[in-house]
Amino acid sequence: MKRARLAANTIAILAAVVTIFPIYWMVLSALKPAGEITSLSVRPWTLSPTLEHFRRVLTGENFARYFLNSLGVALTVVVLSALVAFLAAVAVTRFRFRFRTTVLIMFLIAQMVPVEALTIPLFFLVRDLGTAVPAVGLNTLGSLVLVHLAFTLPFAIWMMRGFVAAVPDALEEAAMLDGATRPVILWRIIFPLVAPGLVATSVFSFITAWNDFVFARTFIISAKDNQTLPAALLVFFKPDENDWGGIMAASTLMTIPVLIFFLVVQRRLVAGLAGAVKD
Amino acid sequence: MTAMTTADPGAARVRRRPSRAGARRGRGTPWLYLLPAAAVLVPLFGYPIYMLGLLSFFDYRQAQVSGGEPTRFIGFGNYAALVADERFWAVLAQTVVFAAALVVATLAVGAFLAVVLTRAGRVPRLLLSLAAMAAWAAPAMTGSTVWMFLFDTDLGLVNQVLGIEGFNWFYGKWTAFALVGATVVWHSFPFVMVTLYAGMQAIPASVLEAAALDGASAYQSFRRVVVPILRPLITIVVIQSIIWDFKIFTQIYVMTNGGGIAGQNSVLNVYAYQTAFGSSEYGLGSAIGVVMTLILLAVTLFYIRALRRTGEEL
Repeated sequence: MKRARLAANTIAILAAVVTIFPIYWMVLSALKPAGEITSLSVRPWTLSPTLEHFRRVLTGENFARYFLNSLGVALTVVVLSALVAFLAAVAVTRFRFRFRTTVLIMFLIAQMVPVEALTIPLFFLVRDLGTAVPAVGLNTLGSLVLVHLAFTLPFAIWMMRGFVAAVPDALEEAAMLDGATRPVILWRIIFPLVAPGLVATSVFSFITAWNDFVFARTFIISAKDNQTLPAALLVFFKPDENDWGGIMAASTLMTIPVLIFFLVVQRRLVAGLAGAVKD
Repeated sequence: MTAMTTADPGAARVRRRPSRAGARRGRGTPWLYLLPAAAVLVPLFGYPIYMLGLLSFFDYRQAQVSGGEPTRFIGFGNYAALVADERFWAVLAQTVVFAAALVVATLAVGAFLAVVLTRAGRVPRLLLSLAAMAAWAAPAMTGSTVWMFLFDTDLGLVNQVLGIEGFNWFYGKWTAFALVGATVVWHSFPFVMVTLYAGMQAIPASVLEAAALDGASAYQSFRRVVVPILRPLITIVVIQSIIWDFKIFTQIYVMTNGGGIAGQNSVLNVYAYQTAFGSSEYGLGSAIGVVMTLILLAVTLFYIRALRRTGEEL
């Protein structure tokens, strides 16, 4: 028994090291002076960490701007998607109506659609939309908000459904007996109770919007100021010599917010579920 | 789409039946609540799908987009072109092989580490969980850049440690696929590991004790007790992985620079994109997109059946 435990511990630690190593390497390389990166005898540590790559990336390549663009798009998507998904989740869990199952299955099927293929019609749709409403045309951040909202919703609704269903009916019934109106029940009773679930759902929406590469690459063609991080990263890839210091610094900037977000919410999610409602 | 494929976290614990209180309420209310979602999804999701199908029946290239030539309905012309296109069949075949290899590798690594987690002590378990969480959360884009750097021809750590400086992993078709595959598995095994681990934790200890009392070895009780109990969960994980790995786009596009040398590392998703936006063959690209959607639709129908079998009430 003891030998088995030892073997399991060794494998677990080994797997943890291998899994975290690329992320360690990314941060390390971002901090290495340029000379050490291009050195042909690479070392897994550095004795003279520097912020030169970050400085170059943020000021020279305008990454501060792209960072804010990404953040703005992702946060807008999160807020809108949370509200819309909450209402839809209430509809499919709290009511019985015709086509309820059909609607649910459509949300499920929507999650498997290869969104990259949809870039073709969406490109023309956004182009045409732009002539009517310039704020959501090609080259705008508005167009990214719109498509990300559409592509995060099916999963967000699917996930919120579980959280809304966990709120006991008794609370609503009691409120109704006390004469509460439907909006009051919705916003004062159900909404606060599913808040932890809403946070968890938001993380996934945030990550989808934040990580998107294909739409940013397709829609933002000529307006360099409206680029988001993933597409902007490609700037550092050059045919002759890749600027690895810059790439790793930019990658670190892009990864850290998601990592923090993910880890913080992971704890809140568990706590939220455990202490949610005492029936 | 990284974490989008997680199973519903509250699913097992909560009751699925719509409330009786709800049944008493107004008939229009649920539709009112669904209205905002519909206002987003119908024009931005439903309509593009319809348009994708429509475009696939038209001769739609650069000349038509700029208005130089009229758009022409050509029926199944694009599909006929695909059937006759050797490259399409080659890409389809390597997409299937690549996705299958990814699914097997992801499941093998994820399931193995899930078992390891159940046996390991508290601290190693925490370390592995945190590391896996980080790999899971990392954007596909930055995962790709880091792995590219690790395997860089001259400056990469791996080549230097192995003493093969100057070896370019992206020249060979299969070495490039292997490298992209490793990146994808790194990214996707945490989902499998966490889900299966949660499933194994839910198996009552008494069941395993009973098996042990009956003289079952560790392997036997795994094979004959744990796996059968987890079968529905495994089905879901397998199908989610198939859907996910079939759609791989960012890693291929970024790491092999748009599909590799002469498109040798193209998969359907990248091929559709390149056909449309690279060669301006929008109609043909749409036809490839339709083929992909139909394949994934078939997988999803299996998925829904599997979900139903686990007792999930829709």
